[in-house]
Amino acid sequence: MSVITIERKVLEKNDELARRNRELFAKQRTFVINLVSSPGSGKTSLLEKTLGYLKGKLKIAVIEGDVQTDLDAQRVARFDVPVAQIVTNGGCHLEARLVADVLDRLDLAGVELLVIENVGNLVCPSNYDLGEAMKVVVASTTEGDDKPLKYPAMFRNASVLIINKLDLLPYLDCDINALKRNALQINPSLTVFETSCRSGSGIPEWCAWLQQQVSKGYNVKPSTLT
Amino acid sequence: MHELSIAQSIVDIVQANLPASDANLVKSVKIKIGQLSGVVPDSLDFCFGAITHGTSLQGATLDLEKVPFILKCRTCTTSFESEAGIVLCPKCGGTDTEVLSGTELQVVEIELYDEHLEKKTG
Repeated sequence: MSVITIERKVLEKNDELARRNRELFAKQRTFVINLVSSPGSGKTSLLEKTLGYLKGKLKIAVIEGDVQTDLDAQRVARFDVPVAQIVTNGGCHLEARLVADVLDRLDLAGVELLVIENVGNLVCPSNYDLGEAMKVVVASTTEGDDKPLKYPAMFRNASVLIINKLDLLPYLDCDINALKRNALQINPSLTVFETSCRSGSGIPEWCAWLQQQVSKGYNVKPSTLT
Repeated sequence: MHELSIAQSIVDIVQANLPASDANLVKSVKIKIGQLSGVVPDSLDFCFGAITHGTSLQGATLDLEKVPFILKCRTCTTSFESEAGIVLCPKCGGTDTEVLSGTELQVVEIELYDEHLEKKTG
């Protein structure tokens, strides 16, 4: 019986493509976030609010990822930003290869911030590095305050948590302090924002932070994909 | 998760590290699966069997080493296992903890039959 030692990560192909994406983003001086969440938490609405607030302040481009349709790309295109839609036709997450393919038709020259809106899924995207500087996870108040405990891998692999749909709190049993506490138990280094796309609350703070990251030229390796 | 594509990645790595003529000599592939890797061992096992069926890797098994999520507290130096994924130190409540294991998804090694012996089938 003989043994061949391998010791290679199963996802090494994706990691290598992600590394090349990351190199391209660094060369273009583009700060990239990977926006993740369950379906329906308000990622696209939050993105619309962000694009509206930062219009004229930051040059932004968007990559949309969905199982079907380009409805989200159409919504984003109204803000007059470069946008490309990836349709996975059943794929439950974006991979570095899909992002690399779409970068051929997205001009990043002068783009300071690229938002990759992932497929709505709180499980699979957590393992797939796309070459982003950080993952931003959106959890809405309607999803319950125990969400981070139920999906620890995603909350561990994110750097930012945005608690969305704040305006609905009066109608829910969600304890926002418990939600924050649970998230910080899984990942103490999370930066947390609270937003409502309906009222606009929290959007200026979130956008100001984004502008800060862009001006820092902040480009880190994903913190927990080791 | 999507264990089928993970199983395919494992097959790709095995094939990249072995001459094609030796594929039928693979007895097992040892995989480390961290508790927080998001991969379900039983599903992975099933999918590997499904995609190698009818190929020269048919009959090869996965030797799955499940790795627990273990952290060490930098404040009080306690090491602890966290099944729930919570990273706070259970002893001192500290948040300054480092992950020692549990996020792996790795092909460790391939075990081959001696080519002079008959390979088991089925």
